[in-house]
Amino acid sequence: MPKLTIDGQEIEVAPGTSILQACEQMGIEVPRFCYHERLSVPANCRMCLVEVEKSPKPVASCAMPAGEGMVVKTDSELVHKARKGVMEFLLINHPLDCPICDQGGECDLQDQAVAYGFDRGRYAENKRAVRDKNLGPLIKTIMTRCIHCTRCIRFMDEIAGVPVLGATSRGEHMEITTYIEQGVNSEMSGNLVDVCPVGALTSKPYAFTARPWELRKTETIDVMDAVGSNIRVDTRGPEVMRVLPRLNEDVNEEWIADKTRYSHDGLKRQRLDRPYVRGQDGKLRQASWAEAFATIRTKLAGLPGTAVAAIAGDLADCESTVALKDLMAKLGSPNLECRQDGAKFDASKRAGYIFNSTIAGIERADAILLIGTNPRWEAPLVNARIRKRYLQGGLKVVASVGPNVDLTYPVKHLGAGGDTLAELAAGKHEFLEVLKGAERPMVIVGMGAFQRPDGAAVQHAARAVAESVNAIREDWNGFNVLHTAAGRVGALDIGFLPGEGGRDLEGILTGCASGEIGFVYLLNADEIDGAAFGNAFVVYQGHHGDRGAHRADVILPGAAYTEKSATYVNTEGRPQQTRLATFPLGEAREDWKIIRALSAELGQTLPYDSLTQVRRRLAEMNPVFAAPDRVTPAKWGAFGKKGKVDGGHFVSPVTNYYMTDPISRASVTMAKCTETFLKPALPAAAAE
Amino acid sequence: MLRDEDRIFTNLYGFESPFLDGAKQRGDWEGTKELLDLGREKIIELVKESGLRGRGGAGFSTGMKWSFMPKKTDGGPVYLVINADEGEPGTCKDREIMRHDPHKLIEGCLIAGFAIGATACYIYIRGEFYDEGSNVQRAIDEAYAAGLIGKNACGSGYDYDIDLHRGRGAYICGEETALIESLEGKKGQPRNKPPFPAMAGLYSRPTTVNNVESVAVVPTILRRGASWFAGLGRPKNSGTKLFCISGHVNEPCTVEEEMGIPLKELIEKHCGGVRGGWDNLLAIIPGGSSVPVIPKEICDTVLMDFDSLREVKSGLGTAAVIVMDKSTDIVKAIARLSKFYMHESCGQCTPCREGTGWLWRVMDRMVKGQARVEEIDMLLDVTKEIEGHTICALGDAAAWPVQGLIRHFRPEMEKRILDYRARADRGGARMAAE
Amino acid sequence: MSAPTEAAAGTWAFTPENLELAKRIIAKYPPGRQASAVMPLLDLAQRQNDNWLPRAAMDYVADMLEMPRIRAYEVATFYTMYNLKPVGKHFIQICTTTPCWLKGSDQIVEACEKKLGIGLGETTPDGQFTVIEVECLGACVNAPMMQIGDDYYEDLTPETTEAILDALARGETPKDGPQNGRIRSCPKSGPTTLIDQAVRVGVKPAGQS
Repeated sequence: MPKLTIDGQEIEVAPGTSILQACEQMGIEVPRFCYHERLSVPANCRMCLVEVEKSPKPVASCAMPAGEGMVVKTDSELVHKARKGVMEFLLINHPLDCPICDQGGECDLQDQAVAYGFDRGRYAENKRAVRDKNLGPLIKTIMTRCIHCTRCIRFMDEIAGVPVLGATSRGEHMEITTYIEQGVNSEMSGNLVDVCPVGALTSKPYAFTARPWELRKTETIDVMDAVGSNIRVDTRGPEVMRVLPRLNEDVNEEWIADKTRYSHDGLKRQRLDRPYVRGQDGKLRQASWAEAFATIRTKLAGLPGTAVAAIAGDLADCESTVALKDLMAKLGSPNLECRQDGAKFDASKRAGYIFNSTIAGIERADAILLIGTNPRWEAPLVNARIRKRYLQGGLKVVASVGPNVDLTYPVKHLGAGGDTLAELAAGKHEFLEVLKGAERPMVIVGMGAFQRPDGAAVQHAARAVAESVNAIREDWNGFNVLHTAAGRVGALDIGFLPGEGGRDLEGILTGCASGEIGFVYLLNADEIDGAAFGNAFVVYQGHHGDRGAHRADVILPGAAYTEKSATYVNTEGRPQQTRLATFPLGEAREDWKIIRALSAELGQTLPYDSLTQVRRRLAEMNPVFAAPDRVTPAKWGAFGKKGKVDGGHFVSPVTNYYMTDPISRASVTMAKCTETFLKPALPAAAAE
Repeated sequence: MLRDEDRIFTNLYGFESPFLDGAKQRGDWEGTKELLDLGREKIIELVKESGLRGRGGAGFSTGMKWSFMPKKTDGGPVYLVINADEGEPGTCKDREIMRHDPHKLIEGCLIAGFAIGATACYIYIRGEFYDEGSNVQRAIDEAYAAGLIGKNACGSGYDYDIDLHRGRGAYICGEETALIESLEGKKGQPRNKPPFPAMAGLYSRPTTVNNVESVAVVPTILRRGASWFAGLGRPKNSGTKLFCISGHVNEPCTVEEEMGIPLKELIEKHCGGVRGGWDNLLAIIPGGSSVPVIPKEICDTVLMDFDSLREVKSGLGTAAVIVMDKSTDIVKAIARLSKFYMHESCGQCTPCREGTGWLWRVMDRMVKGQARVEEIDMLLDVTKEIEGHTICALGDAAAWPVQGLIRHFRPEMEKRILDYRARADRGGARMAAE
Repeated sequence: MSAPTEAAAGTWAFTPENLELAKRIIAKYPPGRQASAVMPLLDLAQRQNDNWLPRAAMDYVADMLEMPRIRAYEVATFYTMYNLKPVGKHFIQICTTTPCWLKGSDQIVEACEKKLGIGLGETTPDGQFTVIEVECLGACVNAPMMQIGDDYYEDLTPETTEAILDALARGETPKDGPQNGRIRSCPKSGPTTLIDQAVRVGVKPAGQS
């Protein structure tokens, strides 16, 4: 534990701590551009120079380990002169076009120039101009502004694991580029905008749309996948202008995936802003709430509960899900389903459907087996965490049974499908020895493993593997389910599943075809082919005119995740709450309120009138809801169904990362990404 | 003047065969096993005693540098890397060793590698030295074939591989950590220190980087004795040294001389004097482009060694003596060096990337006098903003020549500015009159 | 900088002989450190490809060494000896750094430009000659000098420079090294040191003409 003196104060720090980190621990601010705490340290910007006694030259504090007895000065004449010099060099070829720069107001260079800049320039020569680069539809480049800190290169190399950025040429001709003018093909690329300390890399869709000081900032949660990334939604008036990451070390650290950041333009298109009712002519026409409710009441009148079904979809929040469940109970319907993708896992034990190790727990694992998942597309931040673990060293292996794709780290591909899993479960696969030899083995099962008739048998087999390699212990639970839908775990925790004698998805759809089911309530459920509902009367509640709305007989306009205070439980089983950033559109309403209003209309009034009361009801339903933002560990138990695992391949449910739900499907930006990054690689039909 | 029998590089001009037959006649590879039998500690001690200071420019004690290497390792690889990326303007001494006496280098590599506990050696030669590299490669091949290196080198029981690696055109790779990066297959961008190469160098393994000449003199030092070497030159500035004298002398040449030889004697004895006589001398850059220029009055008396040249605020550097007579446009001569450093800056760190270009652009105007007198001070200030603030010494090397120019030739710079102004004013007056 | 001119064919590969050579080069470096071979392999590719390096060749080398292609582009653009666009058959590099400049490198540049009818950085229309200016080539006591292909031509005058260009144009290979009759880096009028060695091979020491 070296003890050193900084600006006259003594401090003891952990070995390996840099001077800059030691300064931070003492609350002493050291300016920096290239240093980023999550990236390697090149010490190239030279802004963090400090004076160290007995050192003939000022020292880059970011790269110099604190040493015993060091005497550091961060505020001396020498330090100021050195930093002013560096600042002057950074500015001589910087365009100083702050008034037209999107980074203006949140620019490190601008901020530090206030502290260390001269009041005038001494550089009388011509400034350098650098050609902009095409990095695809997400990142805008103004390369003349680049200060060559190389954070972007290091981000792509280290965090994203897609090493396509580099610095070509040398000296003052050095340029950040892909060299071949290709887009940055990574689901994490948007973070480049955040790591760039200046306005060289900015958000292309956000370009010239707003200034930071005119934005209202709402701290909330993302729903584009089941990670539940913590985000900040910046709005101006009724419009979401941009989405930024919020720090949460347990979930997304300080990163977000591109769909999270860029799909919000989908909130402005295809929106349902008023109720609709399908007329005699078969066409949807605008209606009042009263009319829509009346239509539903009429339809339900006389229908037995067993002929009524409800499906909670991927974006359904917990408040509306619990309300719908309660309403269905009142209507006597046991036909509830939240697995609209037809996933067949057994949800009787919570440990059987959540990511028990937690996302941060990935960093403690030393061997990982992926089953039926492509985490890079299903949950980019989970994938980034696995990559982080890989880079830390000590991770023995990542193996995969299922899709064989580039996950940005080496993967041992054991097989494509159920036959390999069956061998593992039967104790007949040599890879088991690797898992057994690991201290904290981890099994991650994706939805691709469950979306098949033998889903529950797959789950059983995966459990058997985890148990056989000692992955389930007092101090470690290495069994993990990786969900793709933000609403799924919450709905499972609520128990939005077939009740006594109730029908699951397959049963509901069979019932629709046979006429036994006459009424289906779709809550944010958009992933089922409309034809499958036969002649049933379909109510769709949601916010986008997507697949569900197209089939609906009555449309009830709900609120998107940015427009309501709602609970979502992420794949770890972590309940988190979104906050209202803008109001629901037009006549649309927060979703639980719609169901509450409908219940009254149906004469089945639900017993809650406020959000607090609904949340109390949630906590009553399942105590995990009483502990928001935390993961309540789940008890182990038997789950899954013993049975034959079919040899067929596991297929990831995500065929186009950029378009997986009604919001991203409505997003122009996501369409452009599909065009740029996936069209060249995908056959025409799959890219749709 | 150094006696011929005290010269180490006896085939400097290639009068004889550079290869094994010739080398053996010159005494190379004679009793090498016995030299190795001295043991690591003893060899390092002798090299320290000899007073040998690194011949690549910085002048750090070679024996001391070797002693920084871990005495015990985990058994993994340890490297000796030879810096043969000779590129400092004015410098062409290692070239002569490699093309005419490569076995001195190879034998030195074996002994130096043994002394630091190396398992292998890479010789990093600048790519432009095509023939020089070919000669070194042939010497390596001969040494392998003769059992001098490789498994059980010279019958010593020591296994040691030497490979040649050709650079591809980057002055910065002469900086030891840039050279290591380059050898790893990357851009030659210097690393931050710590960690120092002795702890984590090539492939993050303990590594010593030595200049060609530093290593090539070691076998002779061991054969003739540390005191012989230490007895040449002055204390702390001992031994012989290859000097390359270029520019305005009658007979430019490379020559081995005793350290501490007076600069004037060096030029008069070996180079036929300054073009037009000693009094026609304007200034000399005494140690390669990175060291500050010194005017004639200093050249009259200065001795050619590390400490003497430091006393006159210059340096021995690589002992590359660039002579400029009175016909020289001294501002342009230095401006051309500024252009060199701008061209060779790796671009990694801010002060060098931005500062070298700035220096050159201002210097380019100074050549024409197209500047303001106050800009001389600004130029000096910019050099100070670069100096000491960069990752490697290239920033310093870019700053010092300009500082030397301003220190000794400010009146010339001012005169040029005033002349330009006067011409411009006349031109302006003429235009106004028309 | 803009993307370089592409080779007509989309694919590029080493000849069988060069592939063998490449394997030997890779074997010089420890296992897992094959990236160290990127510089020699890019050089080999350039030599196979009329002295310039198309992107397809960089991709080929990067793939062979299992390194990201961008890392190969970085290397190829960082080091000056890689030519990223086609050059003439005779690739002339004239050193103009201070030691050569002091000795008249401007006149050598001028002689080349005049003789070939092209400026620095240009290639003759017949594709025979490219002339560029380079930084110090490390032959300063033999200034001024130029490198043509792998060979150094030293102690040049405008006249000897023209003679060299003429010889090349005729399809001859002029003798490299000093063009003024001196022995390498030895003083022109004879060595001042190593007298015995000189006498032994019949070289007259200085002052004994």
